[in-house]
Amino acid sequence: MSNSPGSCAKSEMSFTVNGERKTLVAFPMERLLDVLRQQLGLTGAKEGCGEGECGSCSVLMDGVLVNSCLVPVLQAQGTSIVTIEGLAAGRQLHALQEAFLECGGAQCGICTPGMILAACHLLSKKPEPTLEEIQEGLSGNLCRCTGYLQIFEAVARAAHYGMAQSSS
Amino acid sequence: MNHERIVGTSVPRKEGREKVTGRARYVDDMILPDMLYGATVRSQIPRGRIGKITFDSSIAWNEFVIVSAKDIPGKNCIALIGDDQPCLTSEFVNHPEEPILLLAHPDRHMLRKAVEAVSIEYEPLPAVFTIEESERGSQVIWGADNTFKTYRIEKGDVDAVWATADYIVAGEYSTGAQEQLYIENNGMIAAFDAEQGITVWGSLQCPYYVHKALMTLCSLPAERVRVVQMETGGAFGGKEDYPSIIAGHAALLAIKSGRPVKIVYDRAEDMAATTKRHPSRTRHRTAVSKDGKILGGEIEFTIDGGAYATLSSVVLSRGAIHAGGPYYWPNVRIRAKAVATNMPPHGAFRGFGAPQSVFAMERHMDRIAQVVGLSPIELRRRNFLEPGETTTTEQTVREPIDLGKLLDRAVSLSDYHSKKERFWIENQSGTTRKGMGIAAFLHGAGFTGSGERYLSSVVGVEGCADGGVCVLVSSTEFGQGTKTVLCQIAAEALGLRYEDVTIAQPDTTQVPNSGPTVASRTVMVVGKLVESAARGIRQTLTSAGTLGESYSADEFRAACRSHIAAHGQLRSWAQYEPPPDIFWDDQNYRGEAYAAYSWAVYVAEVAIDLTTYSVSVNDFVALQEVGKVLHPVLAIGQIAGGVAQGIGFALFERVIWQKGRMQNSQMTNYIMPTSSDLPPIRVFFEELGNVHGAFGAKGIGELPMDGPAPAILNAVEDALGVRFDSIPLLPEDILEAITARSLESESDVVGEVR
Repeated sequence: MSNSPGSCAKSEMSFTVNGERKTLVAFPMERLLDVLRQQLGLTGAKEGCGEGECGSCSVLMDGVLVNSCLVPVLQAQGTSIVTIEGLAAGRQLHALQEAFLECGGAQCGICTPGMILAACHLLSKKPEPTLEEIQEGLSGNLCRCTGYLQIFEAVARAAHYGMAQSSS
Repeated sequence: MNHERIVGTSVPRKEGREKVTGRARYVDDMILPDMLYGATVRSQIPRGRIGKITFDSSIAWNEFVIVSAKDIPGKNCIALIGDDQPCLTSEFVNHPEEPILLLAHPDRHMLRKAVEAVSIEYEPLPAVFTIEESERGSQVIWGADNTFKTYRIEKGDVDAVWATADYIVAGEYSTGAQEQLYIENNGMIAAFDAEQGITVWGSLQCPYYVHKALMTLCSLPAERVRVVQMETGGAFGGKEDYPSIIAGHAALLAIKSGRPVKIVYDRAEDMAATTKRHPSRTRHRTAVSKDGKILGGEIEFTIDGGAYATLSSVVLSRGAIHAGGPYYWPNVRIRAKAVATNMPPHGAFRGFGAPQSVFAMERHMDRIAQVVGLSPIELRRRNFLEPGETTTTEQTVREPIDLGKLLDRAVSLSDYHSKKERFWIENQSGTTRKGMGIAAFLHGAGFTGSGERYLSSVVGVEGCADGGVCVLVSSTEFGQGTKTVLCQIAAEALGLRYEDVTIAQPDTTQVPNSGPTVASRTVMVVGKLVESAARGIRQTLTSAGTLGESYSADEFRAACRSHIAAHGQLRSWAQYEPPPDIFWDDQNYRGEAYAAYSWAVYVAEVAIDLTTYSVSVNDFVALQEVGKVLHPVLAIGQIAGGVAQGIGFALFERVIWQKGRMQNSQMTNYIMPTSSDLPPIRVFFEELGNVHGAFGAKGIGELPMDGPAPAILNAVEDALGVRFDSIPLLPEDILEAITARSLESESDVVGEVR
């Protein structure tokens, strides 16, 4: 459901993305997803459904997991956003990214950025989640390829690495 | 030579790093300079004659590029098997999502309103929406009798068998449409250049299908059509044939506008307009002896193909061949038929007809077991195909498969017997009912019958300037691990390290036609060709004297570099040749239907909550023989993912139709399993090997789609004592059946003892 920019005039706004301050001009009701992808070239967040069901557009906004297809960019003003592009430290992958690679947590890869950010959010709250907590924590992110099991395994392994808190 | 085995180990996914960092490039991530965005104006009615088309004056139409059928340079069809489906219809409408006009504009936000501002008048014609209506023939909507295709498989003398039967067991089973629901919607970008012709980049499974369709549509020679696969976010069959339509649309807009055009569907359009699994109806009538042996039977398998022929004939063929399951039928008649309705065409979805007919067979086996008074396990055991026996198409089983052993192992892994005993006691009270169900099945790898011979696939392996090698195939990666496994195979064949091998992104100007990425054929058929092309490279180097019989990876790289420096290039091709012992009779549908089969026994444990009537699958054992497992992590991923889709097929995913149009085309109301909905899916392999596949591999991708639905429905019946023969099975269906328990009349079953 692409949010037609509406009648409000464009305005300047600024927020932090992956540690960098960004100032840009956008319609206030434009979707954060479109601004990230089209204006900032951060195409890691994907549009799967456009209505907050699939979670493939997930990003962290002030440490909270949001569906960026449901967030008007106006709401991002002054916040700090982390996208999948901001997770690795240079060539050094985040523990979750490593674990997804090792365990087969990424197949087609389209849900992967959102899934990893959802896992990141989960581990920031629960560094040692039980299987049920992992299932619950990822239940807003749909994956059609894996049947989720290797994703659960990856999250448990990353938690085991104990490196999760280094993220957001 | 390096003896470290690469196949059989879980090397990192080739494109994995790009995927976990968000750098992988999908079609919607690509923007070309000066690009327009395209949209499709579709019919609103299921069937009728197109009248006046009006463009509402509130829109500045001069800013839009508008394409109709008149703008098509070549033939107005989507070339596939037959040419009956128009790219843009101009006179008649045959389903409610049929493309009529295309619009393009620089601002994608302008398109939705513009599409709504086109009004089309119709002269409606009566439409047909079900298999039964289509068969009745009161409206002929396709060909002479609404029939796309029929097949008849005949073995032995079925007519003589009824008189000798102790029991005759009949049943009717049906399955619904299922949406593939890849998380990346379909999308394409096209660019046109008067000299170079048309180029499309997109989300797709079969580059050369799109290539063929564009040549026909745009009337261009092969060298002026280029198809490039972008990273593809899931497909499952759903990006086998429909991408040709979107590519055609984007190409027409690009040709007319002279600018690149992107068409990316939103979820609702993708779900409503693109293909789904064929709805099916299967009727069984089986003659059984009192000791539970199948003596013979008739199977009638019918699928709803939708408005155009598309892939229905091939889906039908696979469904028909799998309809008898992994059992020995001394006598059988299988009549299969694909019929037309005024629905959007149904298409490929993992399993390709087999999940439908296997569902029926495996539900029917439980029914036979009840009639005969045997356990589901024992009945299956007594009828399993054994090496030396023949399938329904009279293919002799040459693989040393022992299905009885497979069954025993699945029973033991699932703790079947002690759980059944425990559930029987627990089910006497409380508000939960638990049950266990089994499904045994097989799945043929590769194209059916002479299909591989017609495809005649070609692959290449080439030496690179840095001394490594690159695999050249049009086989696509969309999650299954094509890139990884084909690189493993080449590395293994050449005695190289996995890191020494790369694989080209499918681009029809760069890679040969290794056939479509479908039918569980990539690892087995294409992999075998990669193995032989790779060996060709080694042979070139050894016969040139630059490489010894035994060498290290670094010695290979040095030899490869010097060969390229001296000769400019180092390439080796391999083309499919049918194995000499494969015989298939297309006319009578008899012979070696598939070069190899994978075999499986799945066990489901379910619990039904009697207050909500919801079914949860609490444990799932998936045991299969798939030849050599080349990459354990990817193989487990394929099975677990397929089982999850099978659980969705059985218990979650219902397409709600109204006059041929999908009413629940959103993820909010078409429900697929989430991470909280699935049981532990426990995956186990047996590895017998296979002479036809690379390093002993067989097909694996589709197999896990076949078994979950019947295993689950068998378990539901075990728990409730109520029979359900139709999927999807939702809580409301169970409520209805339980409240109307008068269904014990069971008028459709004949179970007489002679």
